[in-house]
Amino acid sequence: MRFVAAAWLVTRKDLLIEFRSREIVYTTLLFAVTCLLVFAFGFVRDGRAVEDAAAGILWVAIAFSGTLALGRAFERERQNETLRGLLMSPIPRAALYVGKLTGIVLLLIAVEIVIVPMAGIMFQAPMLEHPLMLAALVLTGTIGFAGVGTLFAAMLVRTRSRDVLLPILLYPVTVPVLIAGVRGTAALLADEPSLAMARLWLSMLVLFDVMFVTLALWTFETVMTE
Amino acid sequence: MDFTSISFTDVSRHFGRRRALNRVSLQCAAGEIVALLGPNGAGKSTLLGIASTLLEPSSGTVRYGDVDRDRDLRSRIGLLAHDLYLYPELTAAENLRFFAQLHQLSDVAGRVERALASAKLVERRDDPVSGFSRGMRQRLALERALLHEPRLALLDEPFTGLDDASSAALVERLRQLRSRGAIVLLATHDLDTIDGLVDRALLLRDGRLIPIEDGPGTLRHRFRQAGR
Repeated sequence: MRFVAAAWLVTRKDLLIEFRSREIVYTTLLFAVTCLLVFAFGFVRDGRAVEDAAAGILWVAIAFSGTLALGRAFERERQNETLRGLLMSPIPRAALYVGKLTGIVLLLIAVEIVIVPMAGIMFQAPMLEHPLMLAALVLTGTIGFAGVGTLFAAMLVRTRSRDVLLPILLYPVTVPVLIAGVRGTAALLADEPSLAMARLWLSMLVLFDVMFVTLALWTFETVMTE
Repeated sequence: MDFTSISFTDVSRHFGRRRALNRVSLQCAAGEIVALLGPNGAGKSTLLGIASTLLEPSSGTVRYGDVDRDRDLRSRIGLLAHDLYLYPELTAAENLRFFAQLHQLSDVAGRVERALASAKLVERRDDPVSGFSRGMRQRLALERALLHEPRLALLDEPFTGLDDASSAALVERLRQLRSRGAIVLLATHDLDTIDGLVDRALLLRDGRLIPIEDGPGTLRHRFRQAGR
C-alpha cells in the first residue's frame, strides 16, 4: 500500500473516533482555555499585558494541551491493545507514525483556532496583523512538538507510569521548538513587529521539524518492536 | 511465495529476570491444527506473540518456510489475542473495513459482509462495538483476524465468551481453515471442545514444551498424564 494512503487510513480512523467521542478536543480545549485565563489574571495589569506575555503563554497552553492530547490519543490504542492490531498489519510502521502524528496535529490545530484569537483578546496582542506568518509559526511549532511527542507516547504506551514519564521526556527535548515558537511569535506581536526575526525563528522551527520527524521515522520501527 | 511451515528452534524469551519460554522447539505444517495447553502464565501467549512477529525471541530462531520475518509476512498472519484489537467507538462494519483496508484486500465490501455473516452480526453491523457482549466481540475479533485469509492463524483463547452454538461454529471454522491449508496454533483451556479437532496437543509448563502423546482416553485425561 502506498505510504500516504496507509497513513491517511490511520488518521481518518482517529478523526472518526474523535468526531464520535469528542473527548480529546473538549478536554484539550478546556485545559488550554483555563491555562490562558489563569495567566491572564497574573500577567495583565490595568488592562496592559506584560511584554511578550502573550507569546509565552500561548506556547505554554499549546505545550500543556498538546501533552494531554498525546496521552489520550495513545491511551485509546492501549485500552483495547489496538496498537498491536495496527502493528500486526502489513503497512510500514513509519506510515503508522505519520498517521497518528497527522491526527494529533489536526486536533491541536482545531484547538489553536480557538486559543490563538482568545490569547489575542486577553493579552491585547495583534494576532491578526501578520496572520500567515503567525499561522506558519504555530503550525511548524505544533508539528515539531507533536512529532517528538507521538514517538515518545507510542514508546511509553505500555509502561505503567506513562503519564508521568511523557512530560519528563518530552519537554527537555522540545525546548528548542518552544523557544523558537515563543521568540518568533513575540517578534510578531511586539510594538514594532520584526518580520525578519520571525522568519529566522520560523526557519529554525522548520529545521527542528525536519530533524525530529526524520529521526522519529527512522526509529519508530525499532522502538515499537518488543 | 507463501510459506507452508513454521518452525521454532530453541526459542527462549525473557521479560526482565522472568523466563517465559525456555528453549522451545516446534514445527507445524500447513493444514495442521496444533493446540497449546497449559496453566495460566505458562508461556502460551508469549509463544503466539513471537509467532505473530509482535515479540522478538531473546534467543533462538523462528522460520516461516523460506519467507523472511518482515512486514510482508504480517499480511499472511492472523492473530486473535486476549485483547480483541477492536475500536469500541467504531461499528462492527467500520472495524472490519478499517482492518481490511490496512491489509489492502480486494473486494473490501464483499469481505466485510461475509465476515459479518460469519460472525452472525449482520443485524448489528452499524452498532458501535462498545455495546456488544463479550461473545459478540469475540466473534467479530475472530473475523477480523481471519479477514485476510492468513496462512498462519494464531488464536489465543478463541472460545472465551462464546455460547455453545458459537463454539460449534468456531470448531467448524477451524476445520475449514485446516482444509484450505492454514497452519492453526491455538492456545486454550477448553480441552473438551477441541478434543477430536486438533491434530496435535502440546503442554507448555514453566516455559518448556511437553508433547501430549496420542492414544486412548480423552484429551483431558492425556493432558493430566503429561502434566505429571
